[in-house]
Formats: sequence, C-alpha cells, structure tokens
Amino acid sequence: MTWQWFHRLGSPKWFYEKTTVWLPWIAAAAVILLVVGSIWGLAFAPPDAKQGNSYRIIYIHVPASFLALAGYYVMAISGAIGLIWRMKLSFMVLKSAAPVGAVLTFVSLITGSIWGKPTWGTWWEWDARITSMLVLFFLYLGIIALQSAYRQQEAADKTSAILALVGMVNIPIIYKSVDWWYTLHQPATLKLTEKSAIDPSMAYPLITMILAFYAVYAWLLISQIRVEVLRREKKTRWVQSIGEVS
Amino acid sequence: MSDIAPQSHVLSASLRREFVLAFRNRGEVANPLIFFFCIIIFVPLGISPEGKVLAPLAPGMIWIVALLATLLSLDRLFRSDWEDGSLEQMLLSGQSLYLIVINKVFVHWLTTGLPLTALSPFLGVMMSLPAEGYLPLVSSLFLGTCCLSLIGAIGAALTVALRRGGLLLSLIIMPLYVPVLIFGTAAVRSAIDGYSVSGQFAVLGAMLTAALVLAPLAVSGALRISVDS
Repeated sequence: MTWQWFHRLGSPKWFYEKTTVWLPWIAAAAVILLVVGSIWGLAFAPPDAKQGNSYRIIYIHVPASFLALAGYYVMAISGAIGLIWRMKLSFMVLKSAAPVGAVLTFVSLITGSIWGKPTWGTWWEWDARITSMLVLFFLYLGIIALQSAYRQQEAADKTSAILALVGMVNIPIIYKSVDWWYTLHQPATLKLTEKSAIDPSMAYPLITMILAFYAVYAWLLISQIRVEVLRREKKTRWVQSIGEVS
Repeated sequence: MSDIAPQSHVLSASLRREFVLAFRNRGEVANPLIFFFCIIIFVPLGISPEGKVLAPLAPGMIWIVALLATLLSLDRLFRSDWEDGSLEQMLLSGQSLYLIVINKVFVHWLTTGLPLTALSPFLGVMMSLPAEGYLPLVSSLFLGTCCLSLIGAIGAALTVALRRGGLLLSLIIMPLYVPVLIFGTAAVRSAIDGYSVSGQFAVLGAMLTAALVLAPLAVSGALRISVDS
C-alpha cells in the first residue's frame, strides 16, 4: 500500500497528465524568477570593487555550473532507479536529462571563458574547475552518443544507465585528481577571486538566479520527458486519444 | 545444477582458452604495440628532434600514447566472443561472470599493457627521458595499464553489441581515464624533479584496487544487457 505512490510515479500516463497541469506553473515561476533575478543582478546590484561590471556574468555562470553538476546526478540516479526497479519513466528521465545537462555545461564553459577574458586576460586557462567541467561535458556527450548508437531502446537505456553510474562513481575522483593536478602545476600568476565573502546585495540576486535556473531546468527537463513519453507510448490508446482531441 | 564445474577448473580452462586465442591472433596483439611506436616517431618529426625539447615532453607523451594504444586494443576484448556466441555460453554456464571477466581482462593486460610497459624504456631512450624517470615510468605504467584495461573493459562491454563501436568506445572511456593519466605522469615527472613519488603510487594502487573490485561488476552488467539485446 505504502509503495503505491512510488509505482504510480513510474507510469508515463500519470506523469503526462500531472505535468500537463504543473508545467504552466513551473514555466511561469521560471520566467518570473529569471526576469526578476537578471534585472536585479544586471541593473541594481552594485559593481564589484575590483572587477567593475564584468563580474555580472556570475549571475549566469554560477547557476549554470550548479545545474550542470546537479543534472548529472539527476541523470545517474534516474538511471539507477531504472536498473533496479525497471521503471519505464526513469529511463526517459535519463535520456532527456543528458542533452539538457550537456547544454548547461556548455553554457557554464562559455560564460566562464568570457568571464576569464577581462579578469584573467585569457579566454582559456587550464584551471582545475574549468578542466573538470570540460571532462563533465565529455561524460554527457558519451551518454548522448551511446543513446543514439543503439537501435533497440531497451539496450540503449540500460547501457547508458550503467555508463551514467560509472561516471557518477568517477566524478569525485576526476574532480579531486584534476584539483590535485592543478595545484601541482601552479600557474602562479592567476588566482580565482575570493568569493567567500560575497556581499548580500550581490548574493540575493545570485540566489534568485540559481532558483530561476532550477525552475528553467525543471521546465526543460519535463518538456523533454513529455516528448519522450509521447514518442515511446505512441502505440497506446491514451496517446492516440490525445491526438484525436487536438 | 549439481554438475557445475568447480571454480578453479573454470579459472584455468578459461585462462588457457584466452592465452590460446591471443597466441593464434598474434597480428591483432602486435598492432597496438606497432601503433605505440609509430606515434612516438611522430613526436620528434612534428615538434622537434632536439633532446632539450623532447625530454620534458617524454613522460606525458609516452603515457598518452600508451593510453591510446590500450584504447585501440579494447574493441577486440569481447567482440569475437560475442560474434560467435561463446559469450552467451559463458553467461549461460552458471559460472561466476566476475571470474570470467577478470580472466579476460587479465589476459588482455598481459598481451597489451605488459608489452607496452616493457617497451616504454626504449621509447624513453628515443625521447631522451632523464635517467631518474625510467623506473617510475615503468612502474607507473605497470600499475596504470592494469587500471586502463579494467576501466576500458566497461566501455568494451557497453559497445560490444554495436557494429561500429570502436570510436564510440573511445569517446565514452576517455573521460574516465583522466585520473589515471594525471597520476601516472605526475609520478614520472616528480621523480625527474627529485621529489618523492610514493604518494602518486599509493593513489595509482588505490585506483587499481577500486577498479579491480568495481569494474568487473559493471562489465558483467553491461555484458548481460548486450547479450540480451
């Protein structure tokens, strides 16, 4: 009895019907938070003492990096759920989370590079965080490539779930080793600005933007999953009845 | 199911089989080694033949090429067994897949990782590697190529059912090789600079132990899926 809700979660039909109701609210929250956060951050937050206005890219860079990493865990954990409980829906989450996460990682890399030009004087620096982000990007690409390589959906789902789990075990190791490698190299001249004591007037818009990115992520992910649900369940009666109504 | 053979018997039988297969396909075994040499020739041709330029590049280049040579050899790890159906028989045999996988990876390492390790001092000479670097190079490759074979086996098992899995295999395995490469080259470099290398070797050993325990589990899971599909 108590597990009923859990199994209901695995039903694509239930998910589709619920998210039809939820999606407008999530989208509205995402738009409101994005507008508020970016106007607040770009226009009203004070300029940085050292970096002037160029620091304002933080309002995109940091939330994107947050979600890029969190997105991998969403993907890997849904893959694990799929392998253990054989839920159809969780494999759809896995497949949909990969491109969304890859795009966010790419955004994080690009904004980091743009931010690096005025602050560090170079577009690309082999910094520990940048390098581990790049490796994360390739982990995402690997999942996407494996997904598209298989013709049978079931094999694609299960193999990419295993790959995502192997990657999840490896992410802390990769992160630590790249960190260690960087401290050994000591490029010396450059240092990340100390962000430990960020002023509240800058922190609040940043928190708003992080929440906004979470909402955008949920929006994108759910929309992707809904497409995937329709594609995979197109032979069922409930999907065909949707087509007839519209 | 009482007539299942004891594990020691299976172990020796499958080891013998792997060795015979490797011996009969000598060409395939030799290819990664020849590749290893060819790429190293490109380095002086492409960058500079001067010892002063080559020496700092040597540890990293030899490690990178060893990594690429391992990647190149991974595709054949499960391929022929999958094609002729013997992999399916192994899964059906009721024997521990863990042991079978360990066996296959071990023989793969013996026929690629170990020869690469043995060849590396010669390449060190060609790349004018400083004298202090040889022992760390050989021992870091010895531990590191074991890790590479084990981690790579996961990729090989995930892509075995694909007709053109080779490039995809490299793509999905490369990011997982990053830590091994970092610690392998760091060991050689800090030995050349005169620092202690015990830390790097400890980490390489830890990675090998973890890979030895965990990788065969992932490989077995992936093989089951590949055979089912």
